[in-house]
Amino acid sequence: MKRIFSVSVENRSGVLSKVSSLFARRGYNIESLTVGETHDPTISNMTIVSSGSPHDLEQIEKQLNKKLDVIKVRTFKEEESVSRELILVKIKYSPSNRSEIIEICQITKAEIVDTTDSNMILELCDIPDRVDKFIDMIKKFNITELSRTGTLAMKKCK
Amino acid sequence: MNGAELLVKSLECENVDTVFGYPGVSICPFFDKLTDSKIHPVLVRHEVNAAHEANGYFRSSDKPGVCVSSSGPGATNLITGIATAFADSIPLIVITGQVKSEHIGSDLFQEADIVGACESFVKYSYLVKNAALIPKTVKEAFHIAMTGRKGPVLIDIPVDVLREEGFEFKYPENVNIRTYKPTLKGHSVQIKKIINELSKAQRPIIMVGGGVKLSFAKEEVLEFSRKYNIPFVSTLMGLGIGREDNPLYIGMVGNNGSKFANKAINEADCLIVAGARVADRAVKQPDLITKDKTLIHIDIDPAEIGKNAGPNIPVVGDLKEVFEELNGFEEDFDFSPWSNRINSYKMTREGLKESTNLYVDPKEFVYLLTKELKEESVIVTDVGQNQIYACSNFVSLGADFVTSGGFGCMGFSLPAAIGAKIGNPKKRILSLNGDGAFQMSMAELSTLKQEDLDIKIVIFNNKSLGMIKEYQHLKYNNNYTFNELNGLPYIDKIAEAYDIEYKECKSNKDLKDCIKWLLSSKYTCILELNVDRDAFTCMNL
Repeated sequence: MKRIFSVSVENRSGVLSKVSSLFARRGYNIESLTVGETHDPTISNMTIVSSGSPHDLEQIEKQLNKKLDVIKVRTFKEEESVSRELILVKIKYSPSNRSEIIEICQITKAEIVDTTDSNMILELCDIPDRVDKFIDMIKKFNITELSRTGTLAMKKCK
Repeated sequence: MNGAELLVKSLECENVDTVFGYPGVSICPFFDKLTDSKIHPVLVRHEVNAAHEANGYFRSSDKPGVCVSSSGPGATNLITGIATAFADSIPLIVITGQVKSEHIGSDLFQEADIVGACESFVKYSYLVKNAALIPKTVKEAFHIAMTGRKGPVLIDIPVDVLREEGFEFKYPENVNIRTYKPTLKGHSVQIKKIINELSKAQRPIIMVGGGVKLSFAKEEVLEFSRKYNIPFVSTLMGLGIGREDNPLYIGMVGNNGSKFANKAINEADCLIVAGARVADRAVKQPDLITKDKTLIHIDIDPAEIGKNAGPNIPVVGDLKEVFEELNGFEEDFDFSPWSNRINSYKMTREGLKESTNLYVDPKEFVYLLTKELKEESVIVTDVGQNQIYACSNFVSLGADFVTSGGFGCMGFSLPAAIGAKIGNPKKRILSLNGDGAFQMSMAELSTLKQEDLDIKIVIFNNKSLGMIKEYQHLKYNNNYTFNELNGLPYIDKIAEAYDIEYKECKSNKDLKDCIKWLLSSKYTCILELNVDRDAFTCMNL
């Protein structure tokens, strides 16, 4: 079972390590983790995507709440959230496959953000599922670098 | 004032009277300023004992124990003691010196990332980078250690911060931590559900754990049991709450507990767990416990509820408050057929003494000894067979029972006994040790002499690591390996070296005289029990 934890924490040094070591010590899985400051500079927000049994997921929430640097834990399923992920891919291309790459970009709404005569960087910001699909589509090209941010998520407005 | 002075003054504001510690370059500024204070420093012989002594200090005084060490090895030596306290939710304030702020991270001489190393077994930790923050940090640390689920809090202070000059001391009056607001009051709907459940139940039983002692809720829980006529059992950590002369107290549960207490739990239709984790040693298959009974779990820590067993009625709150509220209902229950029935299961040890006169029967020893102990006594066990002998033959008549239950840390008894004596000098403190554990902690005899304390030390000497032997018997087809302690010192000579009274109990026929000697001696003394190498606790693992 997959679950998203949106965790507001004190924006202090060492807090990321406290949260991640909690996952490590109790054997919980982290599929992705993103951190950044919020509109309040004393608070950071972590979006952690984890998976496990319902018992594990409940314990993760409780153990996170126990951490003294954690201000609030919100947890929701993927379908209850607006989620986005950013991906950058560097591809080595040739005149023969250039137009196919451009076509894929058009279909997926990816952008070419940097090019030389043989390399280009593609950028896509979309829901994690479609980012996965995008990677499937460009796998056949010569990928030299790939980097994705992990999921950023917010619970949908009621 | 410098940072060290701010630290000393802050401890004074928290009514600290004793710190257990060991000096070193990084913490020297603190001890320098401590000479002007009424706080008494106890110089241990190894840092781990500073943490154990602070642990014992809390258990007898109900005040958080404070231990102090230097950076690097001094700090890492504390770790086992911090983890021991954490596993039993014991509030400690652990203060460590650190290398100069500007050198942190450069692998300096005696540098260790103690905050990082302790992360998974402290309740919270601080690295203080600015001396002005010392009073606020200490105030918060005591608050965090002593409220909610109690536990150790670490304060790491670089030496330059301790030496920084030019501050005025002002101790904050209040603590306001936005991320920390433990739930104390139980939810009233849940509390009503408990009463409602009791009105349907026929065979309810309470299981009291260490949390009852930690939240100072002993009286309230006993009143609840008395008022509604509900029998109760205890876990290892709850020993001392129930007394033999209380007909509602059945005994200790768990794999080292009594058969009849376990039987009582099995036959109950409603189990109220109060301040216990439903842990692996107390309940064999925690996940199956709800199969044929309603489980009510009351705990201050929401993460404990549902961790090992899913309760039907969870209540998060401070036990003292929850039980006060439960005691306020007017309901009348009659569970006397049930309590009479489980009372009839009870058995005593009377007549179970082993007949040999070659050795001392350790079970009989604990039985006869603890029959003599009332409110004035605290019995501190170590870990190994002595712990099992002690808990399963303990006759509870008012004495408190202190042990390393969660972490099972060998070498705990002697330092914890020292801390307990300092924490409450009026109490008679008994320290039970195996010959293995005693060799881990015997350097502390020197601290004991330096502090001029009176502790009754018992050594169950079977010249081997009996618990390991027993385990090898049960699980490794009697392959007794790596458990013989053949280089064992003559304990009488150790006693002589430390100028401590000594007596050996050679066999069962001397038992009563030796116990009398132990309890009537005026000073610290060591009683060595000649225990058969092959004596087993017959625990049921």
